[in-house]
Amino acid sequence: MNSESNSKTISAAVLFEQALLLLQRFRQQLAIWLEPSHLEQLRPQLGYQAGVLAGFALLAAILLGLADFATRGVIQLRLEEDLQANLEQVIPAELHDNKLLADTLILPSADANLGAAETVVYLAKKQGLVTAVSFKFVAPDGYAGPINIVIGLSRDGDILGVRVISHVETPGLGDKIEIAKSKWVLSFDGKSLDNLTFEQWAVKKDGGVFDQFAGATITPRKVVQAIRRGLEFYRAHQAELLNR
Amino acid sequence: MTLATLFSAPYRKIARDGLWDNNVVLTQNLALCPLLAVTGTATNGLGMGLATMAVMIASNAAVSASRHLIPPEIRIPIFVLLIAALVTLVDIFLNAWMHALHKVLGLFIPLIVTNCVILGRAEAFASKQPMLPSVWDGLMMGLGFTLAMVVLGAAREISSAGTLFANASVLLGEGFRFIELTLIPEYKGFLLMALPPGGFIMLGFMVAAKRLIDQRLTKSAEQQIDGLINIEQISELKV
Repeated sequence: MNSESNSKTISAAVLFEQALLLLQRFRQQLAIWLEPSHLEQLRPQLGYQAGVLAGFALLAAILLGLADFATRGVIQLRLEEDLQANLEQVIPAELHDNKLLADTLILPSADANLGAAETVVYLAKKQGLVTAVSFKFVAPDGYAGPINIVIGLSRDGDILGVRVISHVETPGLGDKIEIAKSKWVLSFDGKSLDNLTFEQWAVKKDGGVFDQFAGATITPRKVVQAIRRGLEFYRAHQAELLNR
Repeated sequence: MTLATLFSAPYRKIARDGLWDNNVVLTQNLALCPLLAVTGTATNGLGMGLATMAVMIASNAAVSASRHLIPPEIRIPIFVLLIAALVTLVDIFLNAWMHALHKVLGLFIPLIVTNCVILGRAEAFASKQPMLPSVWDGLMMGLGFTLAMVVLGAAREISSAGTLFANASVLLGEGFRFIELTLIPEYKGFLLMALPPGGFIMLGFMVAAKRLIDQRLTKSAEQQIDGLINIEQISELKV
């Protein structure tokens, strides 16, 4: 019994030694192969060139794959934090006791011109009853590009808050739609389709009640129109959402 | 290698080239696309400069390490592949671990791939030089680029908004809030400087200023040489 285990350890040691020897030989071979003079002979060969290109592509693909694998969860978490922060800006904390990100409903919005075929609606609930809703949508026709907006609405469809998440409007002119630059977006608070007529949902230049900016009319006009479309979208699905 | 190596003549020349003589922006007039896009504020210029510098150091190191492997016929696709992979890595890592900075720079990081300077340094320097000089070159060229970006960003920010290093705490952390300055209070703003044309105009002034300084420097150097010759002539006469 004892001698048997002895011979086993001996054979394992031999195997290990052989493996080391092989590894050493492989490293020597690799060192010879990597000699600048040897590589100089290889470089003009077409097969070598294809191999090197493929090798570098493979290396890059492996690196990127590993990095993606290592960071995917973290990035997902960061995006959720961003979304959470956006939703908290438009839905007051005292209106809900649930997790906004967990309580969602996906509605088709292809006809509503909100910039996406489907819109995720986040439901704010207190003791199981829907108190407010929030969703993100896009004004696809901003002056310089799409304007991403998040809106919070009460049960009755009054605006609790509106924020512009991202946009590419002209700095110094159109960027007053950001809360950091101007209080303009606060002028939507409390407005709804009930307390303003369809004609009043426009900038003052078009006969409505909302200010435009000096030197920039298109940006606020498109934001106002998009918010009105958002309200109409809510009204169309109001019954469905409140019964959740 | 010791620290003294970095102060030897060839390394000093690399540093001088990167920071002043052969400055990416002011002398080579390269990388104008990211330059004009992000230098609306000094902070954005700094962030973009640092990200570019990191990519340039890494790409120079990678190219230098594999310079014997790469056949000249296919060097450009390999360089582009390396640079694109590195930029994507920087993009992913920033998004995961420096998310606030990524939100500020996010749009511009993919632009680094198109930054001809990085390919230029790989081609002109790193593919022919050992590792250490290549990394040093990447660092110095990147530093020169960052300096030009910050100066241009600061000039545009002051003239367009009256502030300096606005939002620097987002980029560098709360400890750097003290460098956020409002230089001209109640400033109405000068929109042109915030837009790309203002960037071009300011860049023109900077390039002109550098030329002027260089001219002065060569002139004073010539005068010194003249002076030396005069002294020699005089001393010869005396002899």
